[in-house]
Amino acid sequence: MAVPVGAPGTDAASQQFTTFTLDGHLFGVEVETVQEVIRYQKTTRVPLAPGSIGGLINLRGQVITALDLRHRLGMPDRRQGQLPMNVVVRTEDGAVSLLVDQIGEVIETDARHFEVPPDTVTAEARDLIRGAYKLDGSLLLALDVPRTVDLEPAFADAARAR
Amino acid sequence: MIELDEIVQEFLVESHENLDQLDSDLLALEQEPGSQPLLGSIFRTIHTIKGTSGFLAYSHLEAVTHVGESLLSRLRDGELVLTPAMTSVLLEMVDAVRGLLSSIEATGVEGSPDHRALIARLTELQARPADVVELPDAPALPAPPALEDVLEELEEPTPEPSALEEVATPRLGEVLVESGAVGPEAVLSAVLDQSLGGDSRRLGEILLSKGAVAQAELDGALESQSDGRRSVADSSIRVDVDLLDALMTLVGELVLTRNQIVQHASTRADADLVRSSQRLNLIASELQEGVMKTRMQPIDSTWSKVPRVVRDLSHTCGKSVRVEMEGKDTELDRTILESTKDPLTHLVRNAVDHAIETPEERIAAGKDPEGVLLLRAYHEGGQVNIEITDDGKGIDPAVIGAKALDKGLVTADRLSRMTPREIVHLIFLPGFSTAAAVTNVSGRGVGMDVVKTNIEKIGGTIDVQSHVGRGTTFRIKIPLTLAIIPALTVTCAGDRYAIPQVSLLELVRLEGEAVTRQVEQIHGAPVYRLRGSLLPLVHLDRELAVGPQEPGRTRDTLFIVVLQAEDRQFGLVVDDVMDTEEIVVKPLGKQLKGIPSFAGATILGDGTVALILDVLAVAQQSNVLVAGRDRGVGDRGARGDAALSKVESLLVVGLGEGRRMGIPLAMVTRLEEFPVSTVERVGSHEVVQYRGQILPLVRLSHFLGAAGSGAPADTVQVVVYSENDRSVGLVVEQILDIAEQELTARSDLEEHGLVGSAVVQEHITELLDVRSAILAADPNFYLSAPAGLLEV
Repeated sequence: MAVPVGAPGTDAASQQFTTFTLDGHLFGVEVETVQEVIRYQKTTRVPLAPGSIGGLINLRGQVITALDLRHRLGMPDRRQGQLPMNVVVRTEDGAVSLLVDQIGEVIETDARHFEVPPDTVTAEARDLIRGAYKLDGSLLLALDVPRTVDLEPAFADAARAR
Repeated sequence: MIELDEIVQEFLVESHENLDQLDSDLLALEQEPGSQPLLGSIFRTIHTIKGTSGFLAYSHLEAVTHVGESLLSRLRDGELVLTPAMTSVLLEMVDAVRGLLSSIEATGVEGSPDHRALIARLTELQARPADVVELPDAPALPAPPALEDVLEELEEPTPEPSALEEVATPRLGEVLVESGAVGPEAVLSAVLDQSLGGDSRRLGEILLSKGAVAQAELDGALESQSDGRRSVADSSIRVDVDLLDALMTLVGELVLTRNQIVQHASTRADADLVRSSQRLNLIASELQEGVMKTRMQPIDSTWSKVPRVVRDLSHTCGKSVRVEMEGKDTELDRTILESTKDPLTHLVRNAVDHAIETPEERIAAGKDPEGVLLLRAYHEGGQVNIEITDDGKGIDPAVIGAKALDKGLVTADRLSRMTPREIVHLIFLPGFSTAAAVTNVSGRGVGMDVVKTNIEKIGGTIDVQSHVGRGTTFRIKIPLTLAIIPALTVTCAGDRYAIPQVSLLELVRLEGEAVTRQVEQIHGAPVYRLRGSLLPLVHLDRELAVGPQEPGRTRDTLFIVVLQAEDRQFGLVVDDVMDTEEIVVKPLGKQLKGIPSFAGATILGDGTVALILDVLAVAQQSNVLVAGRDRGVGDRGARGDAALSKVESLLVVGLGEGRRMGIPLAMVTRLEEFPVSTVERVGSHEVVQYRGQILPLVRLSHFLGAAGSGAPADTVQVVVYSENDRSVGLVVEQILDIAEQELTARSDLEEHGLVGSAVVQEHITELLDVRSAILAADPNFYLSAPAGLLEV
């Protein structure tokens, strides 16, 4: 992308987002970064891993790390029995799956409706959200994928806590 | 790299191989100057390169090889005798050829290097009359061509298409001489008859008519001549490495799919499907093995360069070094082999440059003036061990320590507490280089830390053992291959994990009463007695912090996977053992790299992802490998070298009054607990009845003059030692722990019944003189009197 997505006042008039919900909030990632969206997959838990690691999934013979976005964004856990869906995104270090509550539709946004993250989101989330797009009756939170999949700071925190 | 004609490409690959062979042939020839087979082989190699380079119009290459060939032909014909000077010049020629080939490979042209000096020297050596073998009636030999003639002759390179074919077949004369049917003189005289005497008959006919060779021998030679080199060329092809790698990846996927189908088929009642899946199973296994084999290469392919490196280096350093090799044909995956090349060269250079002394120094030290560098490779437990041993001056811990201190790599305090072995391992720290002066040989800032890093990158380890004045051994352990490994799957807290079979020693299953009876707690650390020796147990669920966290929990059935981690054994307690299968190692994502317990992940037959355990890391995390705590400075601490220092496992026991006593684990056969009421007295001795024998007891607190806690207890804790059917029991107050102890780090305050004391786990711990304690219990213990007759 030549133009930073969602930067206010640019000519990048529209940007498509793959949307999904997490704890009642509507989130979106740029459609270009999404490799595929798949229904619930059996995950293998990884002991000793940070809480944001949802486990490992088998994506057609490839082992992919799944990130529990709720945990990553400091939201309460999914209720028992609610199965997450996978938004598989491409990153610098290969594919990573984001575990979300429910997949939404692809939404076209308008840069003029871009705002800074609202105060209603958690502190963890504010670090990982670029901003919000005002839609009719709701707010689309644009997720910063590279920062979301980079757990290094989280690892350092965990190490310190130990 | 630019695009090259296929024919040029082939020429380059073939020539590079030939040159490596040439290096070793020339060095071998130096040991055996008259060897006709060697001379023949060297001559043919150069002749091939010359012929082809003429054909491809590489004039520099042709000029250099042409004079080389002339010199070689005179050596081969016995007109000259090989001198060290000639070997050097010939090696130089090989280097020149190699340089030209590299230039052709990189740029497509030879460039314009100046090889006039080399050509002149090659020419001059031919002219110098050495011990010429005079043949009776031999006509005067033509004078060797002058330099100008050679160059002039090359002005107009004549393509010789026939050269390619001609060299593929060795000459009849050569075959006959090599097989020992005739002497070189006879062939030479026949050839001279042909070329100078105008004899138009064929060589074989001339030899026959002179009675120099029998018809049968001639026929044999002609036959082997026709199928000699050809058959090798016809039966092998060159394959692009990328293609092999791609095949390997595909086979990996096939193996996974095979696993899935086999598992799926086993749940169906369809006999045909089961039969086909079994067939698929077999074929996939064979295919996998076959593809793996294509990637295997003998280690000799990297070793073959060593003699040359050593020869050049030892000449430069004024040293005399002999290279010896064992296990040259040990095979390794080529990617792994490739990554051992640089570390190997570095270690070899180090050994010649720094370790091996000059002949004068060696004579003064009472050694053979010629140093020996031994390369050794062998398979061991699914790994390949490579050892590089020199008989040089060894690594002096004092020098290393001072240097490390000087460089600020270690504090004086830390240094004073390190064992000599740990100090020697400091050479692997980054920023460490022992060369007093930077030499052009090995002191270029690339240190042992790079060697270590390179080895560890391919999943290997490196270790060093050194004896001052006697030499040093570097031991590299590397895995055979990285892609597909056999593994055991186990379950733990509902998940499955894969354990690489390489680390697996055996499986133990305990049921019912045996679980509580055979697993003991030593200071909270569970141990199992495996055939008389104590095996520390590690609970996988606790290590991974999964499953119920009740330390006292007992199970009905216990599965113990006995594993080898470095030189220690331990038992991994798992919920269940599934089966073994071939797994394809998949790397873990970046987000999980920080967890040492897992070496990767794999996909099991049913499509589930399973984590692969890193046995070494699990052992280190659970402190089974005590040395792991000190990693980074001591580098996995000390292992196995008796002469330098020795790590010993100690059973730490309490004697009351806070006294701690260490008993070597080797002297502990069993730990027992007897009710006080069963202790009986025989004379002045306490005994218990034990396994149909009378077990004499000695109370260590009395034996060592300690007061004991005095607290009356219902039971006595006994450390039993058995040998030759005799047993004694050492009574202690309590069993505390098992600890690792470096025997070098102790004081020698000898007292009655003690061999000294040491700091173990931050407490002063006395070390028991077990022998004297045993004799106190049973004075006849070490006599070979029949067992059971205790004179008490």
